[in-house]
Amino acid sequence: MARGFGRREFLIMGSVASGSVLLKACTPGSQDSGSTDGGSPSGDTIKVGILHSLSGTMAISEKSVVDAEKLAIKEINAAGGVLGKQIEAITEDGQSDWDKFSEKAKKLIEQDKVVTVFGCWTSASRKAVKPVFESKDHMLWYPVQYEGQECSKNIFYTGAAPNQQIEPSVDWLLEEYKGKPFFLVGSDYVFPRTANTIIKAQLEAKGGKHVGEEYIQLGSTDVTPVIAKIQAALPEGGVIYNSLNGDTNVAFFKQLQGKGLGPDKYPSMSVSIAEEEVKAIGVEYLKDHYAAWNYFQTVDSPESKKFVEAFKKEYGEDRVVNDPMEASYIMVYLWKQAVEEAGTADDLEKVRAAAIGQEFAAPNGPVKVAGNHHISKTVRIGKIGEDGLFEIVNSTDGPVEPIAWNQFVKDTKGYACDWSDPNKGEKYKI
Amino acid sequence: MLTSLLDGLFDGISIGSVLLLAALGLAIVFGLMGVINMAHGELMMIGAYTTFVVQNAFKSFGQPWFGAYIFVALICAFFVTALLGLILEKGVIRHLYGRPLETLLATWGVSLILRQFVRSVSWVMVLGLGVFCVLYFGAMAILSRRPNVEKIRGWARTVLIPLSAGIAWSAGNMLGQTYQLAATKPWFGAQNVDVTAPGWLRKGIKLGTYQLPYVRLFILVLTIVCILGMYLFLQRSAWGLRIRAVTQNRSMSACLGIPTERVDALTFALGSGLAGVAGCAVSLLGSVGPNTGQNYIVDTFMVVVVGGVGKLVGSIVAAMAIGIANYMIGADALSPLVSWFPQLAAVLQFFANASMAKVLVFALIVTFLQFRPAGIFPQKGRMVDA
Amino acid sequence: MITDSPPVKSSSAMRRRSLVIEGVIVVAISLLILFGAPQFLTAIGQEFRINMLGRFMALAIVALGIDLIWGYTGMLSLGHGIFFSLGGYALAMFLQLQLPEGQLPEFFTLFGVDKLPWFWQPFHSLPFTLMAIVFIPATIAGLLGYLVFRNRIRGVYFSILTQASLIVFFNFFNSQQKLINGTNGLKTDTTKIFGVYAGSDQAQSVFYTLTVLFLVLAYFLCRWLTSGRLGRLLIAIRDDESRVRFSGYDPTGFKVLVFAVSAGLAGMAGALYTVQSGIISPKTMDIAFSIEMVIWVAVGGRASLIGAILGALIVNFARSILTEQFPEIWLFFQGALFLVVVTVLPGGFIGWLRNEGQELFRSLIGRPRRVMTYPSLSEDPEVEYERQNLRN
Repeated sequence: MARGFGRREFLIMGSVASGSVLLKACTPGSQDSGSTDGGSPSGDTIKVGILHSLSGTMAISEKSVVDAEKLAIKEINAAGGVLGKQIEAITEDGQSDWDKFSEKAKKLIEQDKVVTVFGCWTSASRKAVKPVFESKDHMLWYPVQYEGQECSKNIFYTGAAPNQQIEPSVDWLLEEYKGKPFFLVGSDYVFPRTANTIIKAQLEAKGGKHVGEEYIQLGSTDVTPVIAKIQAALPEGGVIYNSLNGDTNVAFFKQLQGKGLGPDKYPSMSVSIAEEEVKAIGVEYLKDHYAAWNYFQTVDSPESKKFVEAFKKEYGEDRVVNDPMEASYIMVYLWKQAVEEAGTADDLEKVRAAAIGQEFAAPNGPVKVAGNHHISKTVRIGKIGEDGLFEIVNSTDGPVEPIAWNQFVKDTKGYACDWSDPNKGEKYKI
Repeated sequence: MLTSLLDGLFDGISIGSVLLLAALGLAIVFGLMGVINMAHGELMMIGAYTTFVVQNAFKSFGQPWFGAYIFVALICAFFVTALLGLILEKGVIRHLYGRPLETLLATWGVSLILRQFVRSVSWVMVLGLGVFCVLYFGAMAILSRRPNVEKIRGWARTVLIPLSAGIAWSAGNMLGQTYQLAATKPWFGAQNVDVTAPGWLRKGIKLGTYQLPYVRLFILVLTIVCILGMYLFLQRSAWGLRIRAVTQNRSMSACLGIPTERVDALTFALGSGLAGVAGCAVSLLGSVGPNTGQNYIVDTFMVVVVGGVGKLVGSIVAAMAIGIANYMIGADALSPLVSWFPQLAAVLQFFANASMAKVLVFALIVTFLQFRPAGIFPQKGRMVDA
Repeated sequence: MITDSPPVKSSSAMRRRSLVIEGVIVVAISLLILFGAPQFLTAIGQEFRINMLGRFMALAIVALGIDLIWGYTGMLSLGHGIFFSLGGYALAMFLQLQLPEGQLPEFFTLFGVDKLPWFWQPFHSLPFTLMAIVFIPATIAGLLGYLVFRNRIRGVYFSILTQASLIVFFNFFNSQQKLINGTNGLKTDTTKIFGVYAGSDQAQSVFYTLTVLFLVLAYFLCRWLTSGRLGRLLIAIRDDESRVRFSGYDPTGFKVLVFAVSAGLAGMAGALYTVQSGIISPKTMDIAFSIEMVIWVAVGGRASLIGAILGALIVNFARSILTEQFPEIWLFFQGALFLVVVTVLPGGFIGWLRNEGQELFRSLIGRPRRVMTYPSLSEDPEVEYERQNLRN
């Protein structure tokens, strides 16, 4: 008995101890791993929530967005905070699980009494928390380009709407690769499905041709069958429109090249590949492919340089910034401006009203919050270069106004959204 | 038509070979010890990360050395994961023999820890862990020389664990404060890391409009080499003989003087090492991130179970069958062949994408196991119901 | 070997009395949870945990089911996520259909579907849905179980087979956007049931009450199943199935029965969980979730119904608190939990209380350790020595 027990005891002690050491050893590594950071000890702070996946399949993308949000909060605090108060960020892990997202959203609102939440990446997670924010009449800032067809009173969308990313990129492809057929590949969830619906409608309207549409499960790396289908559908080459998300991209591009489908005959336009992802996939596989975003690290403006510098200083020289990070960085500032104009952080009705019309000199160019809770942004198309950064090959002259309800899709054609006018609201006929 | 079919067959075989490579280590461990190692996928992931580290080290050498990094990476991956496997066996699994279901849960715990470990490992953490291990195990080793070790053990633990943890923590903290970002920055972070195949592996053999990628051929060859190596090791070496003996009848082997404990440890290390090699191989095809291993784990179980326990040839047949079926259904290669039977073609088309193909293949596997519960090649001989 | 079988009282009168006492205790505790817990949580400013408690009690129902097949019958199912999700989906489909005549759930129009798929049709009816929540999972489990157990597949093979089935269901639900909204899952918060929103406080408190009620019912069902002859037979199957066969019983039927009951409980739990969390997605058919279910039971104590319930509550509360406190590294704790429970506390919390805990208590109050007059085999030093060195 004694011997057996000793052994077991040894195991328990060992694992408990190593667990505690791991925990402790990491704590200085991520000062923010506790629930609070940056707050002044007096307790006179403004609490905000950060809700992203820090574990599970989406962690690879969302972790860096959290970094950008924390950078913005740190900068604001260093400059004196909001309304003279320091911002206290409460981070929650959505665990790549939509159900956990809604649980954590409830917790942030009810338990921590945050005044706003910055969060979500996938449309599925946003759709899961939407009813929570609407029923509590609360506020969410969402930083990622998405499929549109939504316009909630309680959400501010600082990523691109389809007409700020997808539509211009399709137009550009139609111009650049005249007559080439399109093949649509996407992850199997709501954003790529809706995006492809929009693209198909757009191609139909503008005389383009699409020959196939394939979806791969989120997080899966079984891409070989899809590549075979692309090869079969596009024997003479064509445009691959790629809305894959996460891990799948890596396998997709590695095997695309192995199969000899290079960018010369099979140029691809991606809407979810940015600098971070290029780094993770490997430049050798992606060189000369395209991506459409509002912001690239290579954007040449003082604001952009300042942002890149600040980020590298905070997180290390080898880190890169990308569009969702930029969008999440500026949304914190937009929220701050709205709060300052409203003169209060707690009266969400006032903050929401004040947010509309806020302008900010963002790294991607001047942005302005529109009446439909989206922001106007500059649209750019980049080509991936030798160094893993994007060479900007096309850019709109100025910011493009966001359109929430898509004008190519039959069901939403002729509708718009405007929260600045109480008579119009979520969806009204133009 | 013929080339496309051939190309499809090749694709199927290469998917199968990846599966086989990943399942090989699992198969021998499961065959020998009846242990389900849920952390097998994470060992693959560690192998892939090792490849990443080796690749970065070789980047500084420049061409043409860089082209050869993959061979060094294979060897490193093998040894790193074998060592990890050994630690795992000595630390956890050894205490759970004869309780396969508990092993399953424990190794799942290990896999969670490994996943988080690669996300947050940094110099501070490594140093903290190192200091703790040195202090604690060192002190325990010294104490174990004393004659009254049994009496003071519990007492020593209560003192030593908080003490060494405290010292380790403050050491880590100090390091973090002195060197700031350089020490606290995670090595890999939560993002995927990039493993780029050497230039010569990124091309392929042209075959009409198709191209056979060298990477796939490389993995195919690697798989064959691994199988041959395993075969020779098991059939020709003294330890191989012992492993086979223990697989067949553990108690009899023990009676005949075979050190079953060492056989177990060796087998587990070997199986883990093979997982590392597989991880290195899949890093050329897919993503390398904390979740890499999860993509393979259930598929490899299926290979082992369908193939039959303790038979290499079973695993080979099963992996190929699953790989080819997955590909053929997923790429919609079969429905043109049955166009004379539109209903069947429609059903096949319904399953013609990667995830639905998996639905069909796994459903077929579940059905197949109803008829051959012990797999394609069941182990012969009289078995006692354990 | 793992825990003692329930104590057998010699006289039936005594047994009946102890059953009555147990019943009274259970009812008292459930009343306390029903009325006391929300008050208490509100008083300490944690109202938001009430909903959590409700959901975790739903999970405790699954734990009861798992305990039934794993703790008592020795079959480790890694596929209970299927049954849980099927129950959840059944109810969510019913709720999605609470729309004005002729209107389709929102996601259908998003994916361009204009006709309700055939298998949605029956979910217009509430009685059908309520039946479906329990009976669809139970039927599927029964079928699968019949095939598997008839072929004498067990142990690790059974676990892997259930895991394979899990993958089948997961991939199907995950990739059929047009049939069941795929990855996004179905939401229940925004639909009206009997004129109130399912997400409103009123409805939620009803669901909370229902959960407590069903947990108690499930407890009594399991208690009834595991006491008496059937219970002892299940334990016999767990400890030595061959001998049960030799004694003239055919274990297949019993195993199918408990597997189906356990799946039905999981389906019920899934439905209760879904309405309280507001969404059901294929994520509940993830491999990890089904393994977690097992660990709840392992933490609480196998072959102990109270243990299963306690385990589910403790682990889930610990998990949500840890993810709140250490959002970046909580996985370490979860991993360590698996390791510790399996290696050090094989009897779980309840097992520890029954053995080591009592000893500890005795030594704390200065009483000597209880003397073992008849050392059981596992404590015989010689046997132990052989085990460690020959390990067989």
